[in-house]
Amino acid sequence: MLDTDVKVVYQRPRGFEERPTHYCPGCTHGVAHRLVAEVLEEMGELEHTIGVASVGCSVFAYNYFAFDFVEAPHGRAPAMATGIKRSLPDATVFTYQGDGDLASIGMGEIVAAASRGELITVIFINNANYGMTGGQMAPTTLPGQVTTSSPMGRDVERQGYPIRMVELLSSLDGAAYVVRRSLHDPKNIRMAKKAIRTAFEVQKQGVGFSMVELLSTCPTNWGMTPASARVWLAEHMVPYYPIGDFKVSSSIAYNKPKGGD
Amino acid sequence: MALELIKGNVAVAEAAVRAGLVSYFGYPITPQTELLEYVSARMPELNRAFLQAESELGAINMVYGAACTGRRTMTSSSSPGVSLMQEGLSYISCTELPVVVVDVVRGGPGLGNIAPSQADYNQATRGGGHGEYHQIVLAPASVQEAIDLTTLAFDLAEKYRSVVMVLMDGSLGQMMEPAELPPFQPIKTEIPDWAVRGIPGRGKHVLTSINIDPPAQERTNIRLMTRWQEIEANEVRYKGYYLEDAEYLVVGYGTAGRISLSAVRAAREKGLKVGLLRPISLAPFPYEVVSDLAEQAKAFLVVEMNNGQMLEDVRLAVANRKPIAFYGRMGGTVPFADDVLQEIEDLASGQLGLEENPRDRWLAKMRVEFGTGA
Repeated sequence: MLDTDVKVVYQRPRGFEERPTHYCPGCTHGVAHRLVAEVLEEMGELEHTIGVASVGCSVFAYNYFAFDFVEAPHGRAPAMATGIKRSLPDATVFTYQGDGDLASIGMGEIVAAASRGELITVIFINNANYGMTGGQMAPTTLPGQVTTSSPMGRDVERQGYPIRMVELLSSLDGAAYVVRRSLHDPKNIRMAKKAIRTAFEVQKQGVGFSMVELLSTCPTNWGMTPASARVWLAEHMVPYYPIGDFKVSSSIAYNKPKGGD
Repeated sequence: MALELIKGNVAVAEAAVRAGLVSYFGYPITPQTELLEYVSARMPELNRAFLQAESELGAINMVYGAACTGRRTMTSSSSPGVSLMQEGLSYISCTELPVVVVDVVRGGPGLGNIAPSQADYNQATRGGGHGEYHQIVLAPASVQEAIDLTTLAFDLAEKYRSVVMVLMDGSLGQMMEPAELPPFQPIKTEIPDWAVRGIPGRGKHVLTSINIDPPAQERTNIRLMTRWQEIEANEVRYKGYYLEDAEYLVVGYGTAGRISLSAVRAAREKGLKVGLLRPISLAPFPYEVVSDLAEQAKAFLVVEMNNGQMLEDVRLAVANRKPIAFYGRMGGTVPFADDVLQEIEDLASGQLGLEENPRDRWLAKMRVEFGTGA
């Protein structure tokens, strides 16, 4: 025994299984997972939560989270989450989707869920490419960005422009809380956690649809070291995808507790 | 309970409600839409979930999510919409979830038309999505039978953790007939153990259709196939008419079976020894029943509102022991009983040989009739 008091300051959240992930070194999926697990633990919601995994790198998310989970067909997670939430209105239901899943094949489902004001939370990972299949062009791929299916760089004349999902969904009346954060440095990660907490609170209070977009790195498919990937995100993605709150329902501001959090 | 005059689509909807339906998700499409419209008022009235989805893709995946919670859920659609649902049906089948789907089939392919058809027999009975799986398919021939089979569909879905499809057609969905609705079943409070519900202290439940390790997928497929064998052994359903002394056998299901019954009765009045076999479970198909009848019958006539899809199952069962004739109408066209009677009389004349391909023979006649050359 040590004479000094020992205080645990950092440990695995209860919402996490004790197993290594399959994510590449430096990938921010692990950070995003951890933030979700921490928030749900802090809210006391771990055992009332049902997660919906999507198709992409996070298809195995249910292996890492320590609560009930289902796995949706590509792009359909918001529809599946809707079916769960309408069956179990008291449960906390969230989807965890990448940019190919949410902004391309799943565009119909995400827009419809947001417009209905579906009481689900969406964690949207934007890493500007299809990670799982080896780095193809995604709807979010930046102009000029080289991917395995835009080898000369994304040519907007032929391949169109990136989609800013948060801005797009923020125009819908059903969307109560739609914000963008980034995971490239500690300050932004702390901001991301606060946003995830707010998003889940918005669901719990029945205010409406909530989504947090998280700008993320994909060092393997970007062909960068983890450190240079974070720099690239800050220098190239953040200017195109500004960090900020694009839709915050007035009732959220009204319900904000006085005296800070 | 008294008989009431009720439309097929509405009858199926009310039967589902009375079977303890907890949630419904669907998308408008003719000739099924009255079903969706009916539950859009009925479900909220009972404080149950109704949602008009953004598409059939959305609807089937909402059903997928709802089924994960272990409560009774369903969707309904018509041919093009059911095509869109095939992705979800494959996932649901692999995840082993109880789901009821009502398909009010219309003329196709493509956008086709909104008239009654049986063109989706193959899609329904072969597992229309990717991968190897089966779903139970029940085919009513009247509004009353549609009610009864809808009730049964929920029980079978739960018993076998399977998709059960009630395969109707536009005429059954649209017609009004006197029928009796079953009493209300209470909503089941017992939730199956496999369900995902976010229950504290129970430990984590995961429902997924991914088996990234091929031997794990093979193990799953063996389990699915073993369950299907059990379904084949226990859930074959059919109805026979005038079979005892029948020398000629008509095989038809749903509306085509019902029209054939009129023709068979007319043929009986003319002294022809004709019987009708009307399969009710199209999957599992009553192969053994047809096979046994092949010992007794001189020849078969298969009647369908398609290009001869169930015909292949009958041929499989008859195994070239007896001649088979086929009469089909396609594209939303419904056969007349008189036309079927003519086919029965042709069959009874005894000219048909074993060597003739029933579909080729039928198509040649159709081409002549339509003036497109034989």
